[in-house]
Amino acid sequence: MGSQGGIGQSKEFLDLVKSIGEARSKAEEDRIVLGEIETLKRRLVEPGIPKRKMKEYIIRLVYIEMLGHDASFGYIHAVKMTHDDSLFLKRTGYLAVTLFLNEDHDLIILIVNTIQKDLKSDNFLIVCAALNAVCKLINEETIPAVLPQVVELLGHQKEAVRKKAIMALHRFHQKSPSSVSHLVSNFRKRLCDNDPGVMGATLCPLLDLINRDVSSFKDLVVSFVSILKQVAEHRLPKTYDYHQLPAPFIQIRLLKILALLGSGDKQASEQMYMVVGDIFRKCDSSSNIGNAVLYQCVCCVSSIHPNPKLLESAADVIARFLKSDSHNLKYLGIDALGRLIKLSPEIAEQHQLAVIDCLEDPDDTLKRKTFELLHKMTKSSNVEVIVDRMIDYMISINDNHYKTDIVSRCVELAEQFAPSNQWFIQTMNRVFEHAGDLVNIKVAHNLMHLIAEGFGEDDDTEYTHLRSSAVDSYLRIIGAPKLPSVFLQVICWVLGEYGTADGKYSASYITGKLCDVAEAYSNDETVKAYAVTALMKIYACEMAAGRTVDILPECQTLIEELSASHSTDLQQRAYELQAVIALDAQTVENILPSDASSKEIEIDKNLPFLNDHVERAIEKGAQPYIPESERSGFSSASYLNRQDLYEVPPSHGLRFEAYELPKQPSVPLTTPPVSIGSSNELIPVPEPTYNRGTQAAVSLPSSSNAGPAEVKLRLDGVQKRWGRPTYSSSSASTSAAASQDTVNGVTPPDGATTVTPAISKGRETTYEPTRKTQQAVEISPEKQKLAASLFGGSSKQERKSSLGGGHKTAAKPTGGHAVEAPAKKMAAPVQQPPPPDLLDLGEMTVATTGPLIDPFKQLEGLLDSVELASSTKNHVDVSAAKGPDAMAFYGDSATTVEQGGHHFSSIDDVDNLMSGLSSATTDASSGGGIPTSQLTTQNSKGPNLKDALQKDALVRQMGVNPSSQNPNLFKDLLG
Amino acid sequence: MIKAVMVMNTQGKPRLTKFYEFLVRKRQTQFSLFFFLPCLIRAENVSNFMEADSIFGPDSRLVYKHYATLYFVFVFDSSENELAMLDLIQVFVETLDKCFRNVCELDIVFNYSKLHTILDEIIFGGQVLETSSAEVMKVVEEISRQESASNSIGLVTKTVSGWRNR
Repeated sequence: MGSQGGIGQSKEFLDLVKSIGEARSKAEEDRIVLGEIETLKRRLVEPGIPKRKMKEYIIRLVYIEMLGHDASFGYIHAVKMTHDDSLFLKRTGYLAVTLFLNEDHDLIILIVNTIQKDLKSDNFLIVCAALNAVCKLINEETIPAVLPQVVELLGHQKEAVRKKAIMALHRFHQKSPSSVSHLVSNFRKRLCDNDPGVMGATLCPLLDLINRDVSSFKDLVVSFVSILKQVAEHRLPKTYDYHQLPAPFIQIRLLKILALLGSGDKQASEQMYMVVGDIFRKCDSSSNIGNAVLYQCVCCVSSIHPNPKLLESAADVIARFLKSDSHNLKYLGIDALGRLIKLSPEIAEQHQLAVIDCLEDPDDTLKRKTFELLHKMTKSSNVEVIVDRMIDYMISINDNHYKTDIVSRCVELAEQFAPSNQWFIQTMNRVFEHAGDLVNIKVAHNLMHLIAEGFGEDDDTEYTHLRSSAVDSYLRIIGAPKLPSVFLQVICWVLGEYGTADGKYSASYITGKLCDVAEAYSNDETVKAYAVTALMKIYACEMAAGRTVDILPECQTLIEELSASHSTDLQQRAYELQAVIALDAQTVENILPSDASSKEIEIDKNLPFLNDHVERAIEKGAQPYIPESERSGFSSASYLNRQDLYEVPPSHGLRFEAYELPKQPSVPLTTPPVSIGSSNELIPVPEPTYNRGTQAAVSLPSSSNAGPAEVKLRLDGVQKRWGRPTYSSSSASTSAAASQDTVNGVTPPDGATTVTPAISKGRETTYEPTRKTQQAVEISPEKQKLAASLFGGSSKQERKSSLGGGHKTAAKPTGGHAVEAPAKKMAAPVQQPPPPDLLDLGEMTVATTGPLIDPFKQLEGLLDSVELASSTKNHVDVSAAKGPDAMAFYGDSATTVEQGGHHFSSIDDVDNLMSGLSSATTDASSGGGIPTSQLTTQNSKGPNLKDALQKDALVRQMGVNPSSQNPNLFKDLLG
Repeated sequence: MIKAVMVMNTQGKPRLTKFYEFLVRKRQTQFSLFFFLPCLIRAENVSNFMEADSIFGPDSRLVYKHYATLYFVFVFDSSENELAMLDLIQVFVETLDKCFRNVCELDIVFNYSKLHTILDEIIFGGQVLETSSAEVMKVVEEISRQESASNSIGLVTKTVSGWRNR
């Protein structure tokens, strides 16, 4: 074969490729392509084009499409070409249509017939080509047309056809599961195909099917396990080896399937432990693909019912990934860590430095993955550091898409774990300042709500302190140029409510600032509206306090300007403001009571104060009001008003489903702030106040007395308040802890609360003091400090308990009892298995197996620790803690397994341990022998000098590649 | 599932694009540009993975590998193993290399349809179909053998019919 550069293609095409290759700019390239399109348009309609020529035209069309231009004028010719008898042209035709058309294109209908015919062809290559097209072009409606033929092909003698038929069926299943639901048994059958390629292909649809419905495939666990075992033992043909690894892609797919099947199923998982453990041991971690398999193993282990031994292997793999220099492996290591952390949170601490390295790595992908990990392991003890980091990163990037993502994460974490109000407000300020446009408006309302309400503490000084600090911070920020609109709204609202509350700032100072804002952001009506309302509140407050109000000249001009505004909303606000200023103090006090934003407002839906008025009117002969729902037909006008409330606009056709109940207009939520201010005598109920956000949350309890027709206020907009009670007790500062406790009292507990707090509290308190000592003792570089703040708490605790475990096991190596004690200690803080019952222990099998197991474990643990210690000299303290830790873990593992009630037969156990032992030793010894595999490949491949020269000559002759100092482009590839 | 495969040279010229989920053409070119810029900017010693949510919609990542003057890019969703995808690129390139013997950019430019043939054997409908490059080669060779055969027959019959018409 060799390079066929140019053979079979005309000079024209070569010239085209060449000129495009030499094009200096996009514009030039476009010009060339447009010229080419013109030529092709002309040529294609010429009569009697030889088939060969036609093929080339089609290829040229494909080329044009690839460059991003429209070649739809030639689609029909490609369709025509699929009708041709010769394989050569047919394949080109099919290739072109699969690239040109999508499944809903009009021309598909012209191809279906050809496909049907070709699927029955004697030539298997034609069948393959047709199957290719089936995959891409057949849509839900045309599936029945080809389905019988495809099913028939499942039994074709050629494996290449069977393989593709399976995949085509899979594609059908993806597009319309119902169309092939009766054919699922075929997939199962093909799993036993003689050809490994077909078997491997069958795994794709099975993976999909299992993903949708795990339960109906549980019976296949045994088969999958045995297939995986065979694959791992090199039973497949040599051709499936890839870099000395037996069929890694099939292994990966099988592991994915096992992960699904074993998730939450102890029995199924137990069947997998053996084979997964085998793969962990056998897999060659020096090659890329070997690591891919290992990573998949870790994913599998973290998904199935946990097994301590496998978890440990997984942790080892992760450690290796994280320590590696390759960024790809680090990336996978971080990802795997995120998966495993759910099962055994303590492994994160072993890798804290590695994680921090990744966080500071210039590689963006790695950094983002690390943030994902941190997001998973955030708790109230480290939330400050993590959110801080996230915000720093968020500020540094430009990618809006990711920025939005990370902002929502910051907000979520801050709301869930905020250690103090102060911190929360400051954090939110930063978020708003730098990414205000990307924040959901709800977050802003939440923030206002918080400032109005506090965290729910009763302490008034705390309250005022919170507010005045918020006001302080906003007054500092307000001068900054170009603040996001949402943030300004918050600022205006807070200044309006609390700007003068503590007497620190004068009314004229605050109003001046507000006027500045309204002036500086004169294009933003919402901000202006907020500012005017804030002005009104401040004046009202002043007047109510009996002080004289002197309106600044700039305020005066602002009000005048706004009362002539194009926006009716702004106009109304301006007029209202003027009206309020003209009133006397008493009235103002009534209509705008100070600090009423968080007062609960009772809303009486029946509006009883209007009853008199209504009765009088009826007496005078007015029509009584008929509720909308009881009226016989909607008037078109009412439809117009409410159209937006219905999801389906009224159509002329018949609707077969019932009409949904009309959604309540939820008036109080949507009234613009202070719409009623000027007409004070009308409504005796305290008014629906200025802020929408607070209102929604606050007025909830009051509406319950409103009788049968009560309206539920929409609460979905209001997020749950500060988080899961489980975590709240662990915060470092005592005052915050106290405040959060009260929050716990207030928020309705969700299901988990009753179970966890005792444990978590116990846990936190044990390590709290030690953590401080650690920070004090170690004079550590910045990184260590960061590590401490990120992982600090639990690592310390971990170390402590593991040390204890180590001591005891070392002292008394025999007897199940000795292991039991530390294991129990472990179990409590880790909160994985229930603490083992000592009484049970004596009578059960444990007593007999205990002594049998332990010596091995001791040995293995020791080996492990030795190896680790030698490999990681630079952080001695980490590894030192790790050695005994591993041992303790072993003790733990043994007991928990037995406690769980499933007994490994003792033979198995010994077997396991022996192999574990040997692998440990080989691990320790294998330092230098890695690159042999690469050497061999180097020998077999190598640049062929002659070829290279030929190619070079060709290049020169055609002048295509101007900058080709390196004609052997892939020289570096396989060497 | 694999969403797209693309090959482009270091100057940003696409050499091969294949989409397993239909994308509007405008997006395709946009993507080429989009992708290429960060690729250039990215430093040497970084991972080969990138998130591609902003271009390909939610849940999409891409793996790229740089060979001499070409970038090979696979776009896929979270159901695939990133490292395995990286090796799938390797399988693809190894197969190309077997097929063209020391493959270079020119081979790819001029054997456009053959490239598609090979790719179709490896990835089918967005799923990995075959990962043994020897198996792929078998099929590809069979195809080219038959194609050339049918081709020559085509030529003969054509001349004959042409002769009859005379």
